[in-house]
Amino acid sequence: MLNKKIIQSAILPLTLLLATTQVNAHRAWIKPSETVLSGEENYVTFDAAVSNTLFVPEHVAYRTNSIVAYAPNGKTLELENVATGKYRATFDLKLEQAGTYRIASASAGIRAMWKDDEGNRKMWPGRGRSAEGETFETAVPKNAKELRVSYSARRVETFVTLGEPSTDSLKPTNKGLELVPVTHPNDLYATESAEFIMLIDGSPAVGAEVEINRGAMRYRNQPETINLKTDANGKFSVTWPKAGMYFIEVSYEDDKAQAPATKRQGGYSATFEVLPL
Amino acid sequence: MKIGKLFCGLICALATTAVSAKSDLQLEVSIPRLQVAEYHKPYVAVWLEDGQRKVTQIAVWYDVEMENGKGEEWLADLRQWWRRDGRKLSFPIDGITGATKGPGMHTVDFDLSKAFKNLPAGQYTLRIEAAREVGGRELLQIPLNLPLKSGELPLTVEGSSELGLVRLSATK
Repeated sequence: MLNKKIIQSAILPLTLLLATTQVNAHRAWIKPSETVLSGEENYVTFDAAVSNTLFVPEHVAYRTNSIVAYAPNGKTLELENVATGKYRATFDLKLEQAGTYRIASASAGIRAMWKDDEGNRKMWPGRGRSAEGETFETAVPKNAKELRVSYSARRVETFVTLGEPSTDSLKPTNKGLELVPVTHPNDLYATESAEFIMLIDGSPAVGAEVEINRGAMRYRNQPETINLKTDANGKFSVTWPKAGMYFIEVSYEDDKAQAPATKRQGGYSATFEVLPL
Repeated sequence: MKIGKLFCGLICALATTAVSAKSDLQLEVSIPRLQVAEYHKPYVAVWLEDGQRKVTQIAVWYDVEMENGKGEEWLADLRQWWRRDGRKLSFPIDGITGATKGPGMHTVDFDLSKAFKNLPAGQYTLRIEAAREVGGRELLQIPLNLPLKSGELPLTVEGSSELGLVRLSATK
C-alpha cells in the first residue's frame, strides 16, 4: 500500500515541488547522517529541508511524499519513522543489502506565462498548483500574448552505501538533469578529485553551471563556494578541499524543448559526504 | 688484506640473506593506555598494500562477540582499511579477525613469513589503522621491500595517539 503510494509519487508535478522549494530562493536538501556504512544491516537517518544555510534547517521542511528511496537492486524502499517538523522533515532507511542506495525526489513539467487582453500576467499552472486535469491546450488561450512556455525538470538526491559501493542504482533515467558518477559518490575523500557527468534528458549537459558548497557554513565567514562549468562532454571535476558534507547544485538551460515549450531547464542538487584521508 | 675482504664479503652476504621460509617474523602492535573518562578498546586493522594497492589482510581486531554481527557496524570507522579492502569482505575472516585488545604490546597471529614468501618481489606498505569508540583514529605505515633482508629488521613506526610502537622483527 505504502510502496504503491511511493511509486505513484515518484514523479510529482513540478508545481508541487516548486510549492515547497519557493522557486530557487532556497536550497532543498536531503542530508544523510552517514554515507559509508558497515555491518550485516544498518540504519541511516535523514534530515530534509529547504533552507539557505547548509545544512541548518531554518526555513521550511521538505515534503517527504516526493522522496523515493531505491535499494541497490533498484527496488523502492519504505521510508521509516517519517516525521515533519516546523523546519525539517526526518525519516530513516533500513539498509539490508550491500551496495549503494539512491534517495531522490524528481519532478518535471511545463509552465506557460502570458498576458491577457487587459495586459495582466497569467501563469499556468498557477503558482503552487498542479495541472489539475487541464492541458496546455485547454488552459492557455490560443491568442495568448507574449506567450512563453518552458519545460523544467528538477532533481534533489543523495546516496548512501552499505558495504561495497555498487552502481546499479546510479543509472540515469534519461529524464531531466541528472548526475552520472565517474567517481562513486560514496567514495569521496578530502584532497582527492572526483569527476561527474551531467546529462539533460540523456544527453551531455554542456556548459551547465555547477556550484559546490561545504556544510557547516554557519561557522565560517566566507562561503568558500566552488563554481564550475561542465565541459563539452557534460563533465566536471572537483578537488575536495576538506572533509565535510557538501551540497552540489547544477543548473542548465537551452532551447531544445519539446513543443509547446520553447525553453528547457534542468535543476539538480545532491548532498555528498567527503571523508578525511 | 685479501683475506679480510673475503671475510667481510661473507659476513655481508650473511647479513643480507633473505629471511627464510620458517615463521621467523614477528609483528607487534602496541596499544597505549589512555587517561580518558570513557575507554573502549580500539578497532585495529593491519594490512599490506602493493604498488597497485592490492591488499593482503593481516589482522582485524573488532568486537566479534556481539550478537548478530552487530560489532561489524563500526568496521567502517577504520576508514582507509574499509575503503581499500574491508568493504569487499565478509566477516569474520578465518585467521585474520579477532577480538579487540586492551593497552599493551600484542603479537599478531598471522604467519607473515609465509605470506611474504608468496608475494612477488617489490615495494610494499604495511599499514596499521586504529579507531576507538568515543576516541580518535590513527593510521601508520611501514614501507618495506620484499623479499625482506634480515639486516633491515627490525622495522618500526611509532604512533602518537591511538597506537604505540609497531615493530616488525626477526624472531631469532
